[in-house]
Amino acid sequence: MGAPERVHVRTTINGQAQEFLIPPYISLLDTIREVAGLTGTKEGCLDGNCGACTVNVDGRIVDSCLVLGVEVNGKKVTTVEGLATKDGLHPLQQAFLEEAALQCGICTPGFLVAAKGLLDNEPHPSEGRIRHWLAGNLCRCTGYDKIVKAVQKAAAASK
Amino acid sequence: MHPFAYVAPKTVEEAVAVLDKHGDKARPLAGGTDLLVQARAGRFNLDAVVDMKSIPELVAIKNDASGLEVGAAVPCYQLYENAKLSAEFPGIMDAASLIGGIQVQSRAGIGGNLCNATPSADSICPIIVHYGTAVIAGPKGRREVASEDFCTGPGRNVMEKGELLVSLKFPKPSATFGAAYERFIPRNEMDIAVAAVAASVELSEDKKTIKKARVALSAVGPTPILAKAAADALVGKSADDEAAISAAGVAAAAAASPISDMRGTVEQRKHLVEVLTKRMVKKAIERARN
Repeated sequence: MGAPERVHVRTTINGQAQEFLIPPYISLLDTIREVAGLTGTKEGCLDGNCGACTVNVDGRIVDSCLVLGVEVNGKKVTTVEGLATKDGLHPLQQAFLEEAALQCGICTPGFLVAAKGLLDNEPHPSEGRIRHWLAGNLCRCTGYDKIVKAVQKAAAASK
Repeated sequence: MHPFAYVAPKTVEEAVAVLDKHGDKARPLAGGTDLLVQARAGRFNLDAVVDMKSIPELVAIKNDASGLEVGAAVPCYQLYENAKLSAEFPGIMDAASLIGGIQVQSRAGIGGNLCNATPSADSICPIIVHYGTAVIAGPKGRREVASEDFCTGPGRNVMEKGELLVSLKFPKPSATFGAAYERFIPRNEMDIAVAAVAASVELSEDKKTIKKARVALSAVGPTPILAKAAADALVGKSADDEAAISAAGVAAAAAASPISDMRGTVEQRKHLVEVLTKRMVKKAIERARN
């Protein structure tokens, strides 16, 4: 069998309509980084353990390394680049800075997108709920406490 | 990943035709949380990945008086976020809410978990104790296989060339039914079971006697194990009979045939099975009574 034909994908990334012609076997992660050129989303383990590549698809957080690019045809994708607005950083981003919830930063985009996925639906989660929700995101620098505190701070800031 | 074509059929018949045409060179895609990891690791030489999620039947949940039917590509969160289902099928929910993290639960489902047939799979034993049946479609039509007969070895199942899992069917639990699943892992989350047990009971109308029971064991054999002797130790006994529940634990440990590996030893796993069986039977009884 020869090389599979490229597939036409229409999607919305961070509110902007996008169209791609992509090989059907590339991941959503590679589509976002290499095709759309949005390199905020990071590649970590490539097997669904670390959550560094977390993005939001139609309101659900997913590991973009475990989704094919073609699967987001007709869907809405939000990456870390979609969090800040022209008015400034997203409250979670601000809280991560203020609480020093990052060191090397590779896991940070995934944590931010994952935490936003929680606060979008549950504005005031308990600490336990935050820790459970973020269990699919690994950080090897912070020891997690500062990340959890930052999410709590962002939650407290919202009415 | 090795180049493959992407096909998204709209009907089961189309999907069967594609799978039958490509044989080993095509795989169904549901949540992809196993498939894409395996594809990346070079386990397959795929010509095509066949996405099941455009087939209405495979993403549907039907729950009525006759029972529950869960499409093979329904992700975990759609089960545990459904309050009615959670109340009726507690054993399944215990598993659906702890497979991977939230990201994985957005995609992975119990259908794919069953097909992947990992000995440590979290949802297979709960499916078994909820008397689940696999609905399979293939070139020769449809057939149904009891969930306890579905797995044939590590990563192996009864499905043949061109066949795909359409759905899982469960009988409607009676008002005195309860089930529970728990695994032992050294972490709090995001881990693979060292050993795990699912149990279910159906109590008499006065909720004093165990009428029916099932106990199934995970990660202690090449396939999930339906521990019939453990259930036999419970049936007909009082739901408060500690000796019967202990006997079920002993019988379950005897039915386990674990190996020693990096996650645990034979002795530890047998011990875990005994402890978890007692706990899960008690939890199932408690749920049946509430």
